[in-house]
Amino acid sequence: MSRQTVIELDGVCTRFGGNTVHRDLDLCVKEGQIVGLLGGSGSGKTTLLREILGLHRPDAGVVRLFGVDLNDPDIRVQRDIRRRLGMLFQHGALFSALSVYDNIAFPLRELRCLDEDWIRRLVHLKLAMVGLGVAHGKLMPAELSGGMVKRVALARALALEPELLLLDEPTAGLDPDRSQNFVELIGELQRELGLTVVMVTHDLNTLAGLASHVAILADHRIIAYGTRSEIMTIDHPFVTGFFGADRRKLL
Amino acid sequence: MSDRPSLHVEPGKVVLSGAWTLAEMLPRLAELQAGLAAATDGNRQWDLSALTRLDSAAAVLLWRAWQATWPVSLEIGDMHRRIVERVAELPQEMPPPPVARVHLPEFIGRYLLKAAANLRGMIALFGQLILDTFFLLRHPRDIPWREFTANVYKAGALALPVTALVGFLIGVTISYLSALQLKSFGADLFIVNILGISIIRELGPVLVAVLVAGRSGSAMTAQIGVMRVTEEIDALSTMGISRSIRVVLPKIVGLTVAMPLLVLWTSAVAMFGGMLAALLQLDLSLVYFLENLPRVVPVSNLYIGLGKGFVFGFVIALVACYFGLHVKPNTESLSANTTSAVVTAITTVILVDAIFAVFTRQVGVPHL
Repeated sequence: MSRQTVIELDGVCTRFGGNTVHRDLDLCVKEGQIVGLLGGSGSGKTTLLREILGLHRPDAGVVRLFGVDLNDPDIRVQRDIRRRLGMLFQHGALFSALSVYDNIAFPLRELRCLDEDWIRRLVHLKLAMVGLGVAHGKLMPAELSGGMVKRVALARALALEPELLLLDEPTAGLDPDRSQNFVELIGELQRELGLTVVMVTHDLNTLAGLASHVAILADHRIIAYGTRSEIMTIDHPFVTGFFGADRRKLL
Repeated sequence: MSDRPSLHVEPGKVVLSGAWTLAEMLPRLAELQAGLAAATDGNRQWDLSALTRLDSAAAVLLWRAWQATWPVSLEIGDMHRRIVERVAELPQEMPPPPVARVHLPEFIGRYLLKAAANLRGMIALFGQLILDTFFLLRHPRDIPWREFTANVYKAGALALPVTALVGFLIGVTISYLSALQLKSFGADLFIVNILGISIIRELGPVLVAVLVAGRSGSAMTAQIGVMRVTEEIDALSTMGISRSIRVVLPKIVGLTVAMPLLVLWTSAVAMFGGMLAALLQLDLSLVYFLENLPRVVPVSNLYIGLGKGFVFGFVIALVACYFGLHVKPNTESLSANTTSAVVTAITTVILVDAIFAVFTRQVGVPHL
C-alpha cells in the first residue's frame, strides 16, 4: 500500500533581512511517520514549522499539505487544510481567558455544526486521552503546572481529530519522568489515531522514544532524512557533534 | 471520492462505509445524523467492517445514536472497536457545566468588599511609597533619576500636543457659547471673568486629568501588568532591585511633577482659544483681555488649579500602579485591570475635585 504524502516542501528559501535561514530546502513526509526535526539553535527549525503551518510564507518555494498548496487563494480550502492539522506550541499557547474545558471546546464550537452535548462528550474524551479528569476542566490555564499545560494543549491540538500533528519542543521544561510519560502518551495516541507527527526537539530521549524518522536541518537545508539507523551512519559535523557519545542511545 | 462517509440500510442490518471523520462528515452532517436516527429504529445489527477511518467525533455520534448501549450484533475492526470503547468508557451522565447564579445582595456585597480591598491596597502602596521616600532621603545615591526623567518626558512632554489641541477647542467652545448669552444681557465684558475662573480653576485641571488618565494611566497599568505577566518584576526582585523604588515610585513622582505643568500649559492654550473666540464674536481685543484678567481673576485661582493638577497626577499614577501590580498572568486580567485603572482614576479625580470645591469655596472668588 503506497502511503499518501502529507507534507511536501519543495525548494523553500527563507531570508530574514540579509540572513538566509533556508536555501532550497526539500522535505517529504509520508502518512503515519513520526519525524523528529533536529538542528542547532538558530538553524530555523521553528521557522520551518511555522512555514508548514502556513504562519510564515517562504520567500520562494512551495509548501504542500495533503497535496494542496498552502498559498491557495481560496479561503475555504485554506481553512479546511488547517482543520486537518493540530499544533502543540512550545509554551502551550492556551487561551488564558478560557478555562481548560473551554480551551478544548473552542475549536469544536468554531465549527458551528456540533451540539453542546456532543462537544461535552468530545472534550471529556480528549481530557481522558491525555490523562486528565473531568474536574481539571474547570481550572484556568494560570492554575496549571507546566506538564498539565502541555497535556491540555495536546488535547486541544487533538480536538479537531487532526491527521497531522506538529509538536514544538513537546518535552521542553518537563522533568525526565514526566517527559517520558508524555512521550509514551503521544506515541500511544499516534498508534491509535494513525497520526502523522512532525516534532522539533532537542531531547535525545524524546527522539529515541518517539521518532520513526529523523530529519536533520543544517547548512540551511535538510542534509539528511531517513530512519533512525540510517541517520546514525551519516558523517557530518553536526550529526557527530549533536549525538556525540550518545549515538548508540538513539538505536 | 470513494472515501466519503455513507450509510446503507440493508434488510436486517445497517452498513457504514467510507471515512467517518469529523472533516469528512462536516459537509453532510445533518444528512448523516438523520440517516443514523432513522437507521437506529428497530435495527440492532450493525456492520462497520467497511469503514476506512473512524475518529472519536464519529464514535461519539454513533454511541449517541445507539443510545449508549452496544448493538445486538456489531461487526467492526479491532482498531475501530477500541475507539468506540473509549467513548463507551466515559461516564454516561455528563455533568453539565456549572452555571454561576448571581444573587443581587451577594453581587453588591462582593463589589463593596472588592472596593474596600482596593482602597486598603492603595493605602498600603501609599505607605510603601513614604517608606521608600525616607529610604531614598537617607541613600540619595539610589534615587532613580533616569527613570524619573523618562516618566516626566513620557507622561508630560509627549502629552503636550494632545492636551493643547483639546484645551484650545474647549476654550473656543466655552467662549463662543458664553458670548452668545452675555451679548443678550449686554454683559460682554464679563467674558473675561467667566473664562478666567472656569478654565484656570476648574476645567483646565479636570480636562488634563481625564486626558492623562486615559493616556498615561492606562499605559502605566498595561506596562506594569505585562511586566508581571512576563515575570520581569520578579526578575528585578531577584537582582535585589526594589520594584517599588525602581518601577512604581518614578512613575508616581514623574506624573505628580508633570501634571501641574500640563495643567498650566493646557489652561494657557484654552485661554488663548477663548480669547480668539471672544475677539471674533464680541470684538474684545486681546490686549484688553490680558489687562483685565489679573484684575478679575485673583491669582489664588491659579494656585488652586496647579494644586489640583499636583493631586490629580498623584492619584492617577497611584491608581494606575496599584491596578498594574494586581494583574494576574492572563490576558483577561490585564484588560480588566486596565479598564478598572482608568475608570477608578477618573472617578477619583472627580471626587477629589468636589472635595477641593468644598474646601476652597472661600478662596479666590472675587466679590463685586
